[in-house]
Amino acid sequence: MSIAKPSLTALASVAAALVTLSAVLIFVVAPEDADQGFSQKIFYVHVPIALTAYACFGLGAWKAYRVLATRGERYDLESYTGVHVGTIFGVLTLVTGAIWAKASWGVWWTWSSNQLVLFLVLFLFYCAYFMLRFSVEPGSRRERISAVYALFGVALIPVSFFAIRLANDFIHPTVFTRDGPQMTGEMFFAFCVSWASITLLAYVMYRVELAGKRIDANLRELREALQT
Amino acid sequence: MSTYLADVAALAHKDLKLELRARDTLPAMLLFVLSTLVVFHFALPADAGEDAAYGLLWVALVFTALLGLARSWVPEREAGALDGLVLAPSDRSAIWLGKSLATLAFLFAAELVALPAFVVFFEPLDAAALAGVALASIGICTVGSLVSAMAAAARGREVLLPLLFLPLAIPLVVGGVGASISEEPGTYLAFLGLYDAVFAILSWAAFEYVVTE
Amino acid sequence: MSSGEKYVAAAYGVFVVVVLVWVVILAAKLSRLERETGDLAGLARARPAAGDRVDV
Repeated sequence: MSIAKPSLTALASVAAALVTLSAVLIFVVAPEDADQGFSQKIFYVHVPIALTAYACFGLGAWKAYRVLATRGERYDLESYTGVHVGTIFGVLTLVTGAIWAKASWGVWWTWSSNQLVLFLVLFLFYCAYFMLRFSVEPGSRRERISAVYALFGVALIPVSFFAIRLANDFIHPTVFTRDGPQMTGEMFFAFCVSWASITLLAYVMYRVELAGKRIDANLRELREALQT
Repeated sequence: MSTYLADVAALAHKDLKLELRARDTLPAMLLFVLSTLVVFHFALPADAGEDAAYGLLWVALVFTALLGLARSWVPEREAGALDGLVLAPSDRSAIWLGKSLATLAFLFAAELVALPAFVVFFEPLDAAALAGVALASIGICTVGSLVSAMAAAARGREVLLPLLFLPLAIPLVVGGVGASISEEPGTYLAFLGLYDAVFAILSWAAFEYVVTE
Repeated sequence: MSSGEKYVAAAYGVFVVVVLVWVVILAAKLSRLERETGDLAGLARARPAAGDRVDV
């Protein structure tokens, strides 16, 4: 290995610092939005969480491609963990999105929010990923099937997004809109720091989960070796 | 190239002949789609707009297709033939293409019954709607055959197939319904074409990895 | 607290709670792995050393 991976401890420390910084920026420095009021502040946590979910699904798909290209089994665990963390953040996107919808429009759900509907479809898709994984016997077959499915997921993201937009054009015309926040410099900076901190937090979670899964797999091998 | 197409044709032909002899999948699909349409009549309240019927047509088509897809790999599994096909020197993706074409033939046959029935029971269908049905059917069978092969490797495959397939089918439903009810069906038909192109290529490339160890 | 503030608190609160739940689940997994390594260490100690093995 030519470049050492940054140590997990270092990354976690930076993540903690960034989260603290972004909390200060969001609640102390960034001004309140004129149109939406205080509830606009949900934007600083909801949008980075959504972007992070996309990034995790992308990571899962990249590792899935490596599974198929190299037959290396370490990539299977990495792909699985990426999809898992992505799903957690996907659920968080739906929940924070629903809270924001209630705060903005008084309803917990609206089909006119394209991003929310997209995450609902992706949630269904990636839940099926776990059902698929648990229904197939562990082995190289399961690795390859999971990898193909994870790759289909990222292809589905843009296609579904188009579909949802088309559906809203004619089939379900838009009811609610939210004006993009007219962001001041401080708001934009707060958003960027929040985005960076949440992405880094997700990556730390990914690394920790992956370590746990690897230890589990190694211990299982060790037990088999010691019991013969 | 010509051997590839010959393999595909042979595989599709085999499936069609098997079905003609056994006659278990196609009659079930025909009866299912008709029954579903009748159920929908009772499910629609009196003042539902005429557009609602088009939505229900697409639900009927998707679930009828699922019926066909669920049974599509059964002949290979029962005869233990899938391993044999996979070991054969032909390109594995030919298996997928042959299977998709055969399933498409069954789906078109079911639609030949379902669409006239829909027109008689519910609403008329114009050329754009029919084009939407044709394009979406292609998408259903290409993605469906791949996903069905995945489910075939798993326990609880009957339940797993709809779970894997439905999220992928949502864009097809949007395209199909849009083509049926919108004043500008061109966009929706183009979208269906895009879906077909993207996912057919993906399925074609990925099939090999799904059926081999 | 105005209603706007309640919703903001709920959104950030859900995020924090989910991450904490994740920590709890991982902590449980870690204790299980700790127990496993303890068991395996015991198994390894109990094995006869390679040089002592007698061929039957």
